[in-house]
Amino acid sequence: MSAPTDAQPHGLPLWEVFIRGRRGLSHVHAGSLHASDATMALRNARDVYTRRSEGVSIWVVRSDAICASSPDEIDPFFAPAADKVYRHPTFYELPEEVRQM
Amino acid sequence: MTEPVDAANLMTTALFTYALRLGDDALILSQRLSEWASRAPEIEEDIALTNIALDLLGQARALLDYAAVVEAADRDEDDLAYVRTEREFCNVHLVEQENGDFAHTIARQLFFSTYQLFLYEELISSTDELLAGVAAKAVKEAAYHHDHALQWTVRLGDGTDDSRRRMQAAVDRLWPFTSELFDADEIEKSLAVQGIAVDPSTLRPRWERAVSDALATATLALPPTVWTSHGGRRGVHTECFGYLLAEMQYLHRTHPGASW
Repeated sequence: MSAPTDAQPHGLPLWEVFIRGRRGLSHVHAGSLHASDATMALRNARDVYTRRSEGVSIWVVRSDAICASSPDEIDPFFAPAADKVYRHPTFYELPEEVRQM
Repeated sequence: MTEPVDAANLMTTALFTYALRLGDDALILSQRLSEWASRAPEIEEDIALTNIALDLLGQARALLDYAAVVEAADRDEDDLAYVRTEREFCNVHLVEQENGDFAHTIARQLFFSTYQLFLYEELISSTDELLAGVAAKAVKEAAYHHDHALQWTVRLGDGTDDSRRRMQAAVDRLWPFTSELFDADEIEKSLAVQGIAVDPSTLRPRWERAVSDALATATLALPPTVWTSHGGRRGVHTECFGYLLAEMQYLHRTHPGASW
């Protein structure tokens, strides 16, 4: 992970925001924002990302708490999966009722 | 035969004035908060303050529209918002006070949203269907406005030396304007007896407890009451109000009925 995000120009740490659109779906990364602490980050996320009824649940996590894969590792991480089509569930017929696959 | 008609007129006037008072409080605070657009300390806060302004504008529209219906004098919500003069507005002085620094805006929010939250919580049981309906929707908004103000009051008060000094100065400066929130005249009292309105004086003990708790948590001192400001409900306003109206009404007065 890169340098700590505490050293923002205006002193507030950066937070990543995850929103769940409705029950049954998983939380999806919506964006990031600045806030002094977790409580304020939740409040800010509510104002910034759910003004148009986008969500029923919000997660926030400090950006410097996220461990991310490095662009240099793209090949060892992801390339071996490219030639294994049998891992995709494309050989099944999905019933109409299953919408969220 | 004239007596029942007079009583009905009196009732109509009282209900009109009451809806106008609640609506004007929301409208004028909304106008003040929207002055923060593009000027807040952070973009997140910019959006939060303008969100609150929009909530209040929604409340103002419902209440002014209702006032216009009750009055039945061929005026609509726009006429009430944009063509009345200073002396015809009956909002409290607190909501018209200038934004000042961010701490002043937060102190004003804390004082007003606490009052508005408790007011709407009571108004939900109004025998007037429309007032009860507006309150039921607005109480959730007020709860959020109150929480927003509370969070910031604690962070600024119990923050750095500078934020604490500014927050205390803001609380001291705006304290004299809080007493007016609880003024009740014949209009509120007569409507409260009928179960239509909330007598604001009954909200005072709860408000004082909540605000002094908030200030204590924020390590701020409750200011002594040296003087109190009154008169907004009768249309007597503080100096800054005329400037606010000039800006708010300019477009409508220059281009009546403009829309886009």
